[in-house]
Amino acid sequence: MGIASEALKNFKGFNLKNMPEVEPLSPGHRACQGCGEVLALRLAMKALGENVVMCSATGCMEIITSPFPQTAWKVPWIHVAFENAAAVASGVESAYKAMNRKGIINQPDVVFVGYGGDGATMDIGIQALSGALERGHNFVYMCFDNEAYMNTGIQRSSGTPFGAGTTTSPPGKKSIGQSTWKKNLPAIAVAHNIPYVATATPAYPVDLMNKVKKAAMVPGPAYLHIYSPCPTGWRCGIDESVQVARLAVQSKVFPLYEVIDGQYVLSRKVAKPKPITEYFKPQRRFRHLTEADVAKIQERIDAEYEDILKKCGGDGKGKEEKE
Amino acid sequence: MAKETGIISWKKLNLGIAITEPGNASQLKTGDWRSMKPITDREKCTKCGQCYIYCPDMVYSKDAEGYFVQNYYYCKGCGICAKECPVDAITMVQEVD
Ligand SMILES: Cc1ncc(C[n+]2csc(CCOP(=O)(O)OP(=O)(O)O)c2C)c(N)n1
Ligand code: SF4
Ligand code: SF4
Ligand code: SF4
Ligand SMILES: [Mg+2]
Repeated sequence: MGIASEALKNFKGFNLKNMPEVEPLSPGHRACQGCGEVLALRLAMKALGENVVMCSATGCMEIITSPFPQTAWKVPWIHVAFENAAAVASGVESAYKAMNRKGIINQPDVVFVGYGGDGATMDIGIQALSGALERGHNFVYMCFDNEAYMNTGIQRSSGTPFGAGTTTSPPGKKSIGQSTWKKNLPAIAVAHNIPYVATATPAYPVDLMNKVKKAAMVPGPAYLHIYSPCPTGWRCGIDESVQVARLAVQSKVFPLYEVIDGQYVLSRKVAKPKPITEYFKPQRRFRHLTEADVAKIQERIDAEYEDILKKCGGDGKGKEEKE
Repeated sequence: MAKETGIISWKKLNLGIAITEPGNASQLKTGDWRSMKPITDREKCTKCGQCYIYCPDMVYSKDAEGYFVQNYYYCKGCGICAKECPVDAITMVQEVD
């Protein structure tokens, strides 16, 4: 048995009827109306509880929780820079380890968490993240992927999907919008041979919370890629974040899976996938795409999903898609 | 008022500009941002908790009878709760003041 499966042997999941009441992140935060990223962060914090140290990259989830002289954090929280959340988490984890060993403190159960947006994680902070995963720190890294640099005004990142309009990939006569395909960061995390990797989204809150809890329980590094709709940057309705996130799963755009000790496991099987047009429709960032563009993207999405299914060993394992 | 808006004079800051109260953002009245207000119809509500779990602003809490009640001090009026309620028990109504 691998170290993750061993640690998760007696794992008991959350359920909707019995949610933890704790809110380590307080209301009064300044996220836009209907922000899917802060919803994901809220749910993650409910699952983690209060015995944590949060290490934040800059980005919306730093800015909206910490406008001086107020903070939305009820738990220890540290921000250093844009690019080094994983390095900061590494340092904090090592310091606690040393202080526990020397008997200065007796706090062996603290969970160390680094988090950042897609820009912070997939672009500027990937070196710090790779180093931390490779060194094997006992920590959780959460990437809140809203598919662009939102806090500074919707610039494209390596997490922006092909065809999406952003302020630095504007669609027009000579441009389709984003002209590159989304970087597969979960696969890069898996390539580090870490014990736990998973994808999640706030449209499936119990699934998200279970994965966050598992990531915290596993000794060694764990990576979570959390798909986080941003109505401001995606140009969808402020009441549509959850719906768009659900459509992303139902249209195979964002498959939910875990990789436990290197073994892929599908979390939900998409029995009757919806066409990506249904997912694109509420979002103005995709509105310029032609039928031919959509067909090209659909082909790629289908192939990527097939690839995930293959890695999961066929299609029998996942639960039916509903929550 | 200062706390509700998050704006205070530098003369009132702590030494070392330390924030000494965890989660003091909860003083901020984000309910001011709202133009639409969610109203729950208890006749229809099944107490399922979807509104509670999908609210990005921690607006809902459970009352003694098991219903989920809004704290309008924080509700930004996004309408996610109304959209996600499986039995359409929540209606968004125009805010009047
Ligand atoms: C070294 C550095 N470069 C640029 C910035 C400006 N900056 C602050 S937040 C941000 C965007 C963050 O994007 P992302 O990580 O995707 O998080 P999001 O805001 O989308 O949640 C940028 C470019 C910075 N703070 N530091
Ligand atoms: S810009 Fe997007 S991610 Fe940032 S706070 Fe607003 S809705 Fe949330
Ligand atoms: S989602 Fe609707 S039915 Fe469920 S608790 Fe909320 S108001 Fe009631
Ligand atoms: S309208 Fe939005 S902020 Fe207000 S209670 Fe519903 S989900 Fe929460
Ligand atoms: Mg981003």
